[in-house]
Amino acid sequence: MSKKIGIEVSIACAEAAGLCDVDVVAAYPITPQTHIVEHLSEMVADGHLDAEFVPVESEHSAMSACIGSSAAGARTFTSTCSQGYALMSELCYIAASLRLPIVMAVANRALSAPINIWNDHADLMYARDTGWVQIIAENGQEVVDLTIQAFRIAEDPNISFPVQVNLDGFTLSHMIEPLTIPDKAEVQKYLPPFKPKFYLDPSNPMTLGAVGMPDIYTEARKAQDEAFKATLPYIEKAWDEFGKQFGRQYKPVETYKADDAETILISMGSLSETAMTAVDHLRAKGKKVGLARIRLFRPFPAEALFAAIKNAKNVIVLDRVTSFTGGHVSGPVALEVKSILWDRKCYPKLRNFLVGLGGRDTTVENFEEMLEKVAASKDDGVAPAYEFINVRE
Amino acid sequence: MAKETGIKSWKELNFGIAITTPGNASELKTGDWRSMRPETNKEKCTKCGQCYIFCPDMVYSKDAEGYYPQNYYWCKGCGICAKECPVDAITMVQEVD
Repeated sequence: MSKKIGIEVSIACAEAAGLCDVDVVAAYPITPQTHIVEHLSEMVADGHLDAEFVPVESEHSAMSACIGSSAAGARTFTSTCSQGYALMSELCYIAASLRLPIVMAVANRALSAPINIWNDHADLMYARDTGWVQIIAENGQEVVDLTIQAFRIAEDPNISFPVQVNLDGFTLSHMIEPLTIPDKAEVQKYLPPFKPKFYLDPSNPMTLGAVGMPDIYTEARKAQDEAFKATLPYIEKAWDEFGKQFGRQYKPVETYKADDAETILISMGSLSETAMTAVDHLRAKGKKVGLARIRLFRPFPAEALFAAIKNAKNVIVLDRVTSFTGGHVSGPVALEVKSILWDRKCYPKLRNFLVGLGGRDTTVENFEEMLEKVAASKDDGVAPAYEFINVRE
Repeated sequence: MAKETGIKSWKELNFGIAITTPGNASELKTGDWRSMRPETNKEKCTKCGQCYIFCPDMVYSKDAEGYYPQNYYWCKGCGICAKECPVDAITMVQEVD
């Protein structure tokens, strides 16, 4: 039987990895991810989890060890964020190209400088082009569910790519929430044992990660791209089956009061919870506002997002990262949205706002301000590519 | 991976670009960007095998008479063999074509 308990979200994330009978955890602690790996280390030390915990000397080594263990056919988990992600990032590309189904929880945190341990999506966007599946949680229950689903998604032979579960640092990682922790037998029913297509085996030797010269690199990349393009329906299938078994349904894009909305907000992660409150508040004032929450950032669910926004007059896209584009093109989420709209010849008024950087709270009043800015802006000439919100002038 | 005998289509590449035939690097022609070629003077050669030992690739192997002829399929023209030959039997010759 699943049980509902009050638990810190990081601890619940570790428990979820434990329920998945993970074989190897290689990780290095970094705020605000620390409690996740700390708890996994405890579980192994106390004999509650039969796994190898590899206390590596850096995140670079963490992902290297994960690549080795996953290539040997072990179910592998790690966790990091921010500067730690930056240090491990060169290995992350390799994990994806070698099709290794590693699962990583990222307790999203800003990148330096200035040094900042608080939440934004700088690390999530840093990982954007690595070829990992990127899933974003909005609350604690989603962290538990998405961690379990991540193994199923990663190890599906039709997918076989590493999966990143993003949870906002502190805002989610350090909250204590009432969460439903599934029963282990239920998890085992949902998640079959890991059966890799290829794995390192002395009796059947092979090479992983060889040189690919100019005459083969393009073909290798094309093959990886085609494989990644084919993953979306299998991710949805994993979510549908989870919904049937556990009663909680997940979708690549989830909407809130979007059907008749003139203005649609687009957000990701825990900020979506505030955005829903803002939608209620603005609706009470007679504004027809709705919300589209992006749950899956890679592969990007273009059709689902387009379906959610195509009838809106105004689209407000929130980005939680400074991507230093030079000022004349938008932030990363807005770039995706514009690409989708352009390809489908749909041109609502679109504004991109940079919010919630380095732990700065985004409030209902901030959403009102964004709406006012959109209402006041005229569609004459070139619109600003993005604007900071909640910044002291 | 890419053999001299035909590049594979992206559709034929192994899952995860794994190489499941170990040792197939020997099929890869690495001797096609050389500008200098080592040549051995058999009159000076003492068959000591230093060229075979020092060659970083697989250019040298012993023949029936005990000499070490070059297989230029892998020779990049690095010149280590010529430098290491204790009797200066190997000279680096300019590739003309």
